[in-house]
Amino acid sequence: MKTELMSANYAASRAVVSARVEVVAAYPITPATTVPEQIALLNEQGIYKGQFIRVESEHSAMFACIGASSTGARAFTATSSNGLLLMDEGLHWAAAARLPIVLNNVNRSVSPSWNIHVTHDDSYSKRDTGWIQFYVASVDELYHTIIQSFKLAEDERVLMPVMVNSDGFVLSHTVSPYDHLEPEEVDKFLPPYTPPHWVMDPENPVSHGNIVFPEHYSEFRNMMHEGTKNALPVYTEIEKEYKKLFGKYFGGPIDCYKCDDADVVFTSQGSMGAEAKDAIDELREEGYKAGNARMRMIRPFPVDKIRELGSKVKAFASFDRGVSYGFGGPVANDIRSTMYHMKHRPMIKSYIGGLGGRDMAIPDIKAVILDTFKAVESGELGPEETWNDLKD
Amino acid sequence: MVTTKEIPLKEYVLKGNAACAGCQDMVALRHAHKALEGDVIQVVPACCTSVVQSLWPKSGLAVPILNTAFMASAATASGVKAALKAKGNDHTMVMVWAGDGGTFDIGLQALSGALERRTDFLYICYNNQVYSNTGTQRSSATPLHAQTTTTWFGKTEPEKMLDMIIAAHEPVYQFTANTSYPRDLFDKFKKAQEFEGPKFGHIFLPCPQAWNYPVEKGVEIGKLGVETGYWIQWERVGDEFTLGKHSKRFQDPEKRKPIDEFLKMQGRFSHLYRPKRNDKKIREIEDFIQHRWDMLIRTFT
Ligand SMILES: Cc1ncc(C[n+]2csc(CCOP(=O)(O)OP(=O)(O)O)c2C)c(N)n1
Ligand code: SF4
Ligand SMILES: [Mg+2]
Repeated sequence: MKTELMSANYAASRAVVSARVEVVAAYPITPATTVPEQIALLNEQGIYKGQFIRVESEHSAMFACIGASSTGARAFTATSSNGLLLMDEGLHWAAAARLPIVLNNVNRSVSPSWNIHVTHDDSYSKRDTGWIQFYVASVDELYHTIIQSFKLAEDERVLMPVMVNSDGFVLSHTVSPYDHLEPEEVDKFLPPYTPPHWVMDPENPVSHGNIVFPEHYSEFRNMMHEGTKNALPVYTEIEKEYKKLFGKYFGGPIDCYKCDDADVVFTSQGSMGAEAKDAIDELREEGYKAGNARMRMIRPFPVDKIRELGSKVKAFASFDRGVSYGFGGPVANDIRSTMYHMKHRPMIKSYIGGLGGRDMAIPDIKAVILDTFKAVESGELGPEETWNDLKD
Repeated sequence: MVTTKEIPLKEYVLKGNAACAGCQDMVALRHAHKALEGDVIQVVPACCTSVVQSLWPKSGLAVPILNTAFMASAATASGVKAALKAKGNDHTMVMVWAGDGGTFDIGLQALSGALERRTDFLYICYNNQVYSNTGTQRSSATPLHAQTTTTWFGKTEPEKMLDMIIAAHEPVYQFTANTSYPRDLFDKFKKAQEFEGPKFGHIFLPCPQAWNYPVEKGVEIGKLGVETGYWIQWERVGDEFTLGKHSKRFQDPEKRKPIDEFLKMQGRFSHLYRPKRNDKKIREIEDFIQHRWDMLIRTFT
């Protein structure tokens, strides 16, 4: 292991080399662009030894990954925003075909208006595809989560594709240190991919993607659901092993900070969760019992962990950097429904903000948490969701 | 040309698949796979072929089949080929088998991309000139004046000259074929195996369902397609063009059978003869046929 200084996109392309990916197919879009650029460079330099398909669209990128994974190769792609949306048909396809493809989505706002900065609407809109979804908060976490994601996706109990989300620009273009592993080191953790279910092979001809009638369709869909849900316990095993081998641990599906005795827990996805730790420290100094729950995984939704947290707190201040239009904060509403059947139901405040890359600095996060403390005091939920920092 | 006796007996199109009676697609697949002899991975987008061979839990073909999304077959094939390469397999043929809708229309971009990247694969467009799978809607391969369920009174535009678009990508080998000449079709698949790089085959394929003719007349209609000059058999290795021996004599318009012989057999053109022959519209079809010949010969020779 060796510490390197790089942006998240550069590190992601190094993770592809470390994980011995066999096929990459990707198409440029800001802010993901430097991922395919770097993979091309590493490929031409002979450092990335797999195939790189310079496809003509993101739709083709995902389907080239589908073709490669169906033929037993470890496959990877990266994209953002409109690129992810163009992949939609393939995202559903990859999940239902149970192909362990890994995708780095560099979160970016969806058009119009054109905006290349971070909003989580792109990946939020893919929550129901079956893809496992991670959100990371640092370059180091992105690099290692990509490597872990192959192991998770390829596990026979899971066999579902994984999307690792990283905030556009905040992470993608910001240089910071990460601990690099050579492929030979990763070999101890990640064996070559051998499809346990089906593969395109003339020696053993099978057909895949067939027509299935109503008598059997539900059963296949149920297996997808179970596969995605299995990602929670399997990821726990994976993290344990990873920690033992490389000393790296990022906090499980929810990375909790000072939550044990907290009255109010702030939840968020992505890089904001790192910032929030400092906000919590300041609030603690000011006498507020606040905690930080960084949601690393939102599909499958970490139901048990949220219930455990929820059983102890007075309120969640749940922040979404994206919107389910007409309903509100996607993760906030998932937390609400997770808690509905519990005896103790804490107040769940929903905040929406940081859209289009608008800054969410420590004072902004503190203000959100203090607003929730106020609501707890008054006993009034207030608005269904609060748009943070909204101008008139 | 291969003799019938020389064609392998092994069948790759298995019994009990869901094709309609008289389906010419099965004739094409049958001879293609006899030529390729099994070392092939076939990619199939949404189309008739995806339905007929893939009724789970059965498999209709004795080769590995990767069914994929309608517009994604060439991209999917690129991924399959890359995976084979990554694994050091340089012998297995990757073949797309797509309809005209999946090729002329929705899949054209992915196809263009894969050809430009010089993907080592064989892309087959079996052209029944309509969206048969979804019940006979027009495609951009539907001929002028043909009736479909989205052109109830006949299509108002002639078909796209896809072969020109493909040729502009300079595949290593490009051919047209016709299921009425299965030995010629067999030979072209055999030949395709010899070339590394992008290869494209365009197969004319009468469809009794969509064209509305008696199921036993498929071969006859396919032949009339050639004998009226409507369909042209040719191949091109690099930029070396050869007019097919079945089409050669019909380059001369004088030698062609009247187009009525081809049109009259098909329900989709019946409105051209009711209540009486529509001379103007039939003339337009004839003009398009000549235009296609002129374009082809002018471009390739
Ligand atoms: C994205 C998408 N749009 C539409 C369809 C519906 N669809 C399936 S097959 C088909 C037509 C296929 O036509 P063609 O490619 O000519 O093949 P054929 O059915 O004639 O064999 C259509 C419109 C689809 N499967 N996917
Ligand atoms: S509709 Fe036409 S092409 Fe499709 S299976 Fe039937 S005969 Fe064959
Ligand atoms: Mg068709």
